[in-house]
Amino acid sequence: MDKNVDISLTINGEKVTGRVEARTNLVDFLRYDVGLTGSHVGCEHGVCGACTVRVDGRIVRGCLMAAAQADGADVWTIEGVTETGEMKPLQEAFVERNALQCGFCTPGMLLTIAELMERKPDASRDEIREFISGNYCRCTGYQAIVDAVEMARKGTGKSTGAKGDSA
Amino acid sequence: MTDMITDRWILDRPNSYIGRSVPRPNAPRLAEGKGTFVDDIQLKRMVHAAFVRSPYAHAKINGIDTTAAKAMPGVVAVVTPEEMAEICTPWVGVLTHLEGLKSAPQYPLPLDTARWQGEAIVAVVANSRAEAEDAAAMVEIDWEVLPVAVDAETALDADTQVIHESLGDNLAWKRNADFGDVDAAYAAADHVIEDTFIFGRHTGVCLETRGLVADYESSEEQLTVWHNNQCPHMIQNILATHYGLEEHRVRVITRDVGGSFGIKVHTYADEITTVGLSVMLKRPVKFIADRLESFTSDIHARDHRVKGKIAVKADGTITAFEIDDLTGVGPYSMYPRTSAIEANQVVNMIGGPYLFENYRAEANVVYQNKAMMCQYRAVGHPIKCAVTEGLVDQAARAVGMDPVAFRQHNFHADDSYPKKSAQGMPFENLSHEECMSTMLDAMDYEAMKAERDSLREKGIYRGIGFASFIEVTNPSAMFYGVGGARISAQDGATLRLDAKGNVFVSTGATEQGQGMEAVISQVAATAVGVKPERLKIITGDTEHTPYGGGTWGSRAAGIGGEAVAQAGRQLRIQILTAAAAMLQEDASTLDIREGVVVDADSGNERIGLDEIGRICYYRPDTLPDGFQAELVATKHYVPRKFPFAFTNGAQASYLEVDTDTGFIKLLNHWCVEDCGTVINPLLVDEQIRGGVVQGLGGALWEECLYDDQGQMLNANMADYLVPMAAELPDIVCGHAVSPTADSDLGAKGAGEAGTCGAPAAVMNALNDALSPFDAKLTGMPFTPKKILTALGRI
Repeated sequence: MDKNVDISLTINGEKVTGRVEARTNLVDFLRYDVGLTGSHVGCEHGVCGACTVRVDGRIVRGCLMAAAQADGADVWTIEGVTETGEMKPLQEAFVERNALQCGFCTPGMLLTIAELMERKPDASRDEIREFISGNYCRCTGYQAIVDAVEMARKGTGKSTGAKGDSA
Repeated sequence: MTDMITDRWILDRPNSYIGRSVPRPNAPRLAEGKGTFVDDIQLKRMVHAAFVRSPYAHAKINGIDTTAAKAMPGVVAVVTPEEMAEICTPWVGVLTHLEGLKSAPQYPLPLDTARWQGEAIVAVVANSRAEAEDAAAMVEIDWEVLPVAVDAETALDADTQVIHESLGDNLAWKRNADFGDVDAAYAAADHVIEDTFIFGRHTGVCLETRGLVADYESSEEQLTVWHNNQCPHMIQNILATHYGLEEHRVRVITRDVGGSFGIKVHTYADEITTVGLSVMLKRPVKFIADRLESFTSDIHARDHRVKGKIAVKADGTITAFEIDDLTGVGPYSMYPRTSAIEANQVVNMIGGPYLFENYRAEANVVYQNKAMMCQYRAVGHPIKCAVTEGLVDQAARAVGMDPVAFRQHNFHADDSYPKKSAQGMPFENLSHEECMSTMLDAMDYEAMKAERDSLREKGIYRGIGFASFIEVTNPSAMFYGVGGARISAQDGATLRLDAKGNVFVSTGATEQGQGMEAVISQVAATAVGVKPERLKIITGDTEHTPYGGGTWGSRAAGIGGEAVAQAGRQLRIQILTAAAAMLQEDASTLDIREGVVVDADSGNERIGLDEIGRICYYRPDTLPDGFQAELVATKHYVPRKFPFAFTNGAQASYLEVDTDTGFIKLLNHWCVEDCGTVINPLLVDEQIRGGVVQGLGGALWEECLYDDQGQMLNANMADYLVPMAAELPDIVCGHAVSPTADSDLGAKGAGEAGTCGAPAAVMNALNDALSPFDAKLTGMPFTPKKILTALGRI
């Protein structure tokens, strides 16, 4: 039996064909075959959220989906949503509020938050924390990320000036 | 010049960027997923390494059969310990200033015995990582399982298995310290309180795992290594030393690093082996640890059992501390920093915020068949802080004082510096009183106590906990260099003006996400007199940066930043010398502001740096005879007046305990700390917050669990619990500012303060919440099971 699978899908709006080993997961295909290294690999067992990508409009863990399962799918990665500008207010708020430090979790975190903002634009701080609680960030402690979400949706990114709420 | 050498010239510069929350130049790239982490690097002819790892904590290797593995698809090489030992010399993780520390030679792959579960034994190289793993499964090792030594408490017992016969026993290091007269203090005390504190073994869990790409080019005998390490120059030296290469033929490049926290500052055998694979194969080899490999082969930390004692007078005056610290560090002392430093830090820093004279300590560092332990963010700090602050709370209770009033009674007074601690640690200028009072104001402590007390009547158990602390930052050569480690304590910076008036800044400090590039840009922009956007920051490349120590020990801003300040001022002087020659002025009447040379007094613009660059590089013929412009400046810096810059701070936790489930809800957390000059308030606050959360992880959730055979039971992210967003409170940050006089910038470190104090504050808050019950917890992590056990509910 052939262990390889031919797939044809759309990635960031472009048609892509590939031949993958059946065991190859989606994020490895994106990173190593397509060269989209913005999606990261943190745990390979669906816990950390670093590999989060958008497939047919919903976020998925790129390490828990086989590339072969993405045949015919519409896949968006951080590179694509950056290119369209969809993520710009959130990305600017992340930079201004220092909601990223090492940046390894950030692409997955941004895609997760984008889905929350679409599903529940008025999410409370606790709801934001709950929604991103499948995305591990070792650097920030998450508070700056929650702040950045609030800044982005209020459109106050550039005007408020970022600083810690010093005592 | 407008500012000859004065103490704080850089803080007085016009158009200063010091103290401003300027954005990080590297952040937009990361936010767009355009970072270059080591696994993003693909080279021609690159192959992938995987390792056969020991399934046993202790076992003899009687034979290795690689035949079946070599026949697997895509396999390029299968390399045994003996083959690797032919090209790489072993290392021993000892330092001479830790007298008596002993360790055994560690080979890249162990020659005859595996000493922890997860130790790499055989390397497999294939065209893909997946194929390398397939083949690794086909390597046959004839194991002879040996008895294990896993429990630190019994590691030194006569009937416990000795891990290295050549060492004679399992003792790595013992330190005794004795200051003043502890026994006399006990005799004269009104209360002597004793308790035992347990700190669970935990680890860094960097989201980006360890990894490297090694590329040996035999025609030039040139080794290039892309490595997510914090210390490129240290690794350069180690690789050259153990592979017999010339140091200038070893280039270590560190691009983006996905978190480090001390995990990526060490010499890992699987990484050293990967370099050897490239030397053997003469082609690029990549190794990226998977998460299982991370849990069982990254360094672990903490895992201390500390028996502590405090003596106190009836008026609340502390008169003595004593500790007995025991820590198990795995089977070898880590190279080159050793695995004795954490215990040493604990001994050196117990009781740090408080005035007392009598101190006695014993620390035993023992070997065991578990993963190796070494320095991780806030080395020793959470331990010494929780022991000190736990005892302080119990002493306050014994004398009937409020825990805050008790601390305030015993603090070193803010106006009492410079001075030395009971252990002889030099304190330049600390601010315990100011930090505590600032924090109390932010908390509204009195109102909070009233709320806590009224809720208790309704069966809601809330607690308020405090922790004051000291933190060691800006380490000089006293930390490692004096013991023989080739780890640079100094840092260098080179600044170069280009022909368009931009400035290239290269520094030995490195970036792992803490925002070091922003800090460097602020200092350089201020020192030279240009806008940050005119700067290009170059880091993490042994071929293109001055020799430096990298980033560890909260040193990048205080040491790396000061080198940039000095080099920036030197470049400004050189630019003004050239401007003076062009303008026929006295250089001392000129200054540079926002990229333009101006009259220092009036601020009138005279000539832009772009014009100076143009003339100096393209039309030097128009300059006066004999004048040669020099538009590159290099300076180096290391602290000399103090061996370390101690910082200090205070933290508080407010939490609620569900006494039916044992769950803790963190309601709020405060940290007020003093890192001297604050270069970038936003970045400092986020270092504090991230650090606090890392401390909370160790206090509440994180623990590497082992069974009695040395098998790690929870080596995955589903079972090893890390702090996630939903469980965490917002954290309020504040600052006192006591700059160090050891540098013009006056910056001390801020990277570890949060991690240092958070566990102690949570422990004290938890015990405050449980004070209506006969329940007290001193063993971290404070799991629901432990809480319910303490409450007698299970």
